[in-house]
Amino acid sequence: MGRKLLLDKIHIPGIQSYEVYRQNGGYTAVEKALKNYSPDQIVEEVKKSGLRGRGGAGFPTGMKWSFLAKPPGVPRYLLCNADESEPGTFKDRYLMEHIPHLLIEGMIISSYALGANTSYIYIRGEYFYVSRILEKAIAEAYQHGWLGKNILGTDYSLDLYVQVGAGAYICGEETALIESLEGKRGNPRIKPPFPAVAGLWGCPTVVNNVETISAVVPIINIGGEEYAKIGIGKSTGTKLISASGHINKPGVYEIELGLPVEEFIYSDEYCGGIRNGKKLKAVVAGGSSVPILPAELILKTAKGEPRLMSYESLADGGFQTGTMLGSGGFIVMDEDTSVVENLYTFTRFYHHESCGQCSPCREGTGWMEKILKKFIDGTATMSDVDLLWDIQSKIDGRTICPLGDAASWPVASAIRHFRHEFEEAVRNKGIKKVNYYNKRWGLVEV
Amino acid sequence: MSAQIHGVLPFDKEKRKQIKFSDDALQTIENIKKRYPEGKQKSALIPVLHIAQAENDGWLSPEVMDYVAELLNISPIEVFEVASFYTMFNLKPVGKCVLEVCRTSSCWLNGANEIVAYIEKKLGIKEGETTPDGMFTLKTVECLGSCGTAPMMQCGASYHENLTFEKIDAIIEKYRKENKRRNYTDLDWENTK
Repeated sequence: MGRKLLLDKIHIPGIQSYEVYRQNGGYTAVEKALKNYSPDQIVEEVKKSGLRGRGGAGFPTGMKWSFLAKPPGVPRYLLCNADESEPGTFKDRYLMEHIPHLLIEGMIISSYALGANTSYIYIRGEYFYVSRILEKAIAEAYQHGWLGKNILGTDYSLDLYVQVGAGAYICGEETALIESLEGKRGNPRIKPPFPAVAGLWGCPTVVNNVETISAVVPIINIGGEEYAKIGIGKSTGTKLISASGHINKPGVYEIELGLPVEEFIYSDEYCGGIRNGKKLKAVVAGGSSVPILPAELILKTAKGEPRLMSYESLADGGFQTGTMLGSGGFIVMDEDTSVVENLYTFTRFYHHESCGQCSPCREGTGWMEKILKKFIDGTATMSDVDLLWDIQSKIDGRTICPLGDAASWPVASAIRHFRHEFEEAVRNKGIKKVNYYNKRWGLVEV
Repeated sequence: MSAQIHGVLPFDKEKRKQIKFSDDALQTIENIKKRYPEGKQKSALIPVLHIAQAENDGWLSPEVMDYVAELLNISPIEVFEVASFYTMFNLKPVGKCVLEVCRTSSCWLNGANEIVAYIEKKLGIKEGETTPDGMFTLKTVECLGSCGTAPMMQCGASYHENLTFEKIDAIIEKYRKENKRRNYTDLDWENTK
């Protein structure tokens, strides 16, 4: 059993409520932080912990915090990014729905560390019901004096609000999130200036993912050094993995970073192996944006070493033979799956979600979607494979925000590792139809 | 005043005059405005548009957008540019229950296409259409963060997960019997895991 720091209490009945959360050690990290630490000392603890952003980019959180500008007389803001929209990722929703006070506790400590007196949790609009759960929990926290004026009798005050979005993947990009919170379209900003200098309403702002902020609670409870001992190398601590696709036990799992991928997929503690006794074909390990890897490369690196669930091991081999941990959205595909058709769903997604500011992304994603549809309909030609490659290469790195890169990487990796499937689709004039519903519910002999 | 919505969309001045949100809605909007510093009330726009949509039979008419602009003291075109950007805002009338079936990767891998086909056949409409009685609209949407419980669909504030055809039959029957509009802002959401 790996160590659990975020989900250790999730199965306690009633943990959603303030009373049960508090009875089980909840809010002790706030007490410790506000009474024993200065804001800078908390930033130091987080630096020591080695915690890296859990939203996808993996940037060291303590370092991000230390970049925050602190001009006198100007308010600073902490924004929690709960816009979870990366296909394959549902861990933040799980945390907020089942143990909402953990995020609130993390928000209080993090806001204190950054000197923010007003903070917002920006949650995707589709999670409206989760926003109700958070609002209820926030009301409870106010009622018990964890939010509001002079928390625990100190001179620190904090107001915390939930802001709902309205359906736009792009608002998970931090500057688009800020624009959206300002009541505008979610168009990412050109950087610099970075939000740490000029973010929400032009004020210094930090944007952190739900899981990142929640992880601050155990870091304060056990200490940054202790946290850093968990995991492997620069991948410290635990990570929530959202596991989905053709596995026996889809769900959210907390793993110690460094767990072998093979164990994660096949052990009964985690995914429980491939459904219907099928063989593993491919995995998208960190949300739709990261390169897809065939079975042999997700289980072992090109050098033949076991692949581990860590930032470094998953990236081993670069984009040629590796991938990324990303958001931890782990999508598993069995041997019957068409990689081309799966890619079509990703590309359609990026086309739908492109904000339209940059031509390479706005136009390129649409072209790629159309071309991929031709493979499914059986009207594609061999030259379309090269055309797809050409288009993705002209999006990557040529846009204001990383959505363009995110749209191009799945296409590039699918062609890199599964070119033969594209060519088969051309030769066979289409893709073999599979009834995935019947497979899902085991309704046919599969 | 900067650009008006009137020149962009068909606009009915008589309809506009009749628009008035419920006292509850107006009170909620006043509370939302207090979440932001003085002068930054435009930040309330997205939460307010959710309320506006629920107050206006599930969609944002040009007249309603104009009314929201007045509530927040911003220009109507600022409302329209936001309303037209975000997929949860309907700029055309929809049925009382909008069934939004997720079909991205994990949902597709678990039968989203078959789910859409089943609902299309059952309701006799195609994706994007509304039943003649105005009860159901069928939509396909991109990833709703329910990949581990695929296939799934959203209706109003409720997530219906691990969908089977039988489950869909039961949901549709229940909604038809209740005959009420389902909004994202509903408080009586239920999750059928």
